[in-house]
Amino acid sequence: MLKALNIDPGKCTGCLQCELACSFENEGVFNPSKSRIKVFNFHDQGRFVPYTCTQCDEAWCMHACPVDAIKLNKGTGAKEVDSNLCVGCKVCTIACPFGTVNYNSATGKVIKCDLCGGDPECAKACPTDAITYVDADWTGLDKMRQWAAKTDAGQQATH
Amino acid sequence: MTYVIIGAGPAGVVAAETLAKTDKGAEIVLLGGEADPPYSRMAIPYVLTGIIDHGGTHLRKQAGHYEALGITYRQGIAKGLDVAGRKVLLEGGGEQPYDKLLIATGARPIKPPVPGLDLPGVHHCWTLDDCRAIEKLAHEGAHVVLMGAGFIGCIILEALVERGVKLTVVEALDRMVPRMMDATAGGLIKDWCVQKGINVETGTKVTKVERREADDEDKLFVDLDTGDQIAAHLVVVAAGVTSNIEFLEGTGIEIEQGIRINEFLETSVPGVYAAGDCAQGPDFGGGFNVHAIQPTSTEHGRIAALNMAGRVTPYQGSLQMNVLDTAGLISTSFGDWEGGPGTEMAEVLDAGHFKYLRLNFKDDVLVGALSLGRTDHMGVLRGLIQNRTHLGPWKAKLMEDPHRIMEAYVAHAYA
Repeated sequence: MLKALNIDPGKCTGCLQCELACSFENEGVFNPSKSRIKVFNFHDQGRFVPYTCTQCDEAWCMHACPVDAIKLNKGTGAKEVDSNLCVGCKVCTIACPFGTVNYNSATGKVIKCDLCGGDPECAKACPTDAITYVDADWTGLDKMRQWAAKTDAGQQATH
Repeated sequence: MTYVIIGAGPAGVVAAETLAKTDKGAEIVLLGGEADPPYSRMAIPYVLTGIIDHGGTHLRKQAGHYEALGITYRQGIAKGLDVAGRKVLLEGGGEQPYDKLLIATGARPIKPPVPGLDLPGVHHCWTLDDCRAIEKLAHEGAHVVLMGAGFIGCIILEALVERGVKLTVVEALDRMVPRMMDATAGGLIKDWCVQKGINVETGTKVTKVERREADDEDKLFVDLDTGDQIAAHLVVVAAGVTSNIEFLEGTGIEIEQGIRINEFLETSVPGVYAAGDCAQGPDFGGGFNVHAIQPTSTEHGRIAALNMAGRVTPYQGSLQMNVLDTAGLISTSFGDWEGGPGTEMAEVLDAGHFKYLRLNFKDDVLVGALSLGRTDHMGVLRGLIQNRTHLGPWKAKLMEDPHRIMEAYVAHAYA
């Protein structure tokens, strides 16, 4: 069974351990600005919301790529950027209605969550279980997925 | 069942693949006009910068990809259509029968009526053959004139600058990227280019190009309507594109700006569909438009193919969106960024740092946006626009500070 990141904003304390773990695993630096998961701080409500790619079935990023540089990892369900093929055109960054593909000007390539190949560092680093890696069927990501599905330009890739 | 697709760009290739998966065992013929395997024109500038080789532009990288899916690739250019006899007539005399047809012939660059644009050393940057010609001429220090600073012109500009040429850009309209950027953003892009040492002439027309012997390699002489003349080794023409639809004359297929298609991407002739840059399809605003962009062409390709295979799938309409990197300054535009009566605009400008964000609302719904100097989470602008998200109290917050767009998004998406 595929697993997915489950995010429970109610448990997030805003410690940013996930961002540090992500940037270190993927970019080799402890730098939240290079993280593929972002914690949003709603100051006026005292709330924190971690946010990253849901590995959605529609995969707008993958279908918009003009050079076939984003591929489905059948083992994890992740849509992964092949940096050797990515030309840095950024079309995926505007095609993804979740805004979870970002351009990294230092490398000239795009970056997105790849579930760390099936062992996501953000979930391991989270001290409060706000981010867990669980069976895909019962994640709380459904609300976000349904919301984004309305963006669907007719039936998308799943068909 | 024989499906024929004219045109091997992204729309044609995605359609062929979707047909292969949806109607297993059907005969699928993909007609391409060029000798190279199906490739992405969008990727050509990245060949010029050396990020990829020619093979890096190929839409699919795996050897035998099309054969494995049962797709027959055939080289040929359509010169006409026999709608009653269900045949594509090919240049050189051949023909290709079909049961259902997809026209995905794309677009081609416009050659403005300026004398001298057929001379050696004057090229478009559209095909891999153009790319090969430009690679030979655009060496470090070469004097190059680029006609056109629209979206495509600016992508080529980036590649030419990376190659180290001495570049002059001539744009007839009053600003850079006029169709994608407002005066503020277009002006900042020009300032940025000038700071990078690029000579930018907006509001200026090329009146004539001549070629004659010279002491150095700059044998092309480009006359401007300002009275100036520029000597150049290479002239690149990027003055707009037009749909490849002339071969349909007399077929009865309805054409306006492009091939008019309905919500199932079918033309006025049953069994004949159109997709991509040649198609004038439903847009997000309820009208019909040619949106010659990569995301629309792949959506068109997939949805046209589903309908061709009998799986009835309405298209919800394309949304205009672009992202552009002009010599390192990144800009995006989405939907109705111009606004007008009945819309409200919020903007925030930091000209010193080349940062700009403009949001356009209709009531409490985002309908368009422009950005300059931002690369994080830009896709949410598409998400908010295309979902017609009612922003409620966030509308006022965004009018006050447009930077909070990602917070507004997360607040509505799932928080």
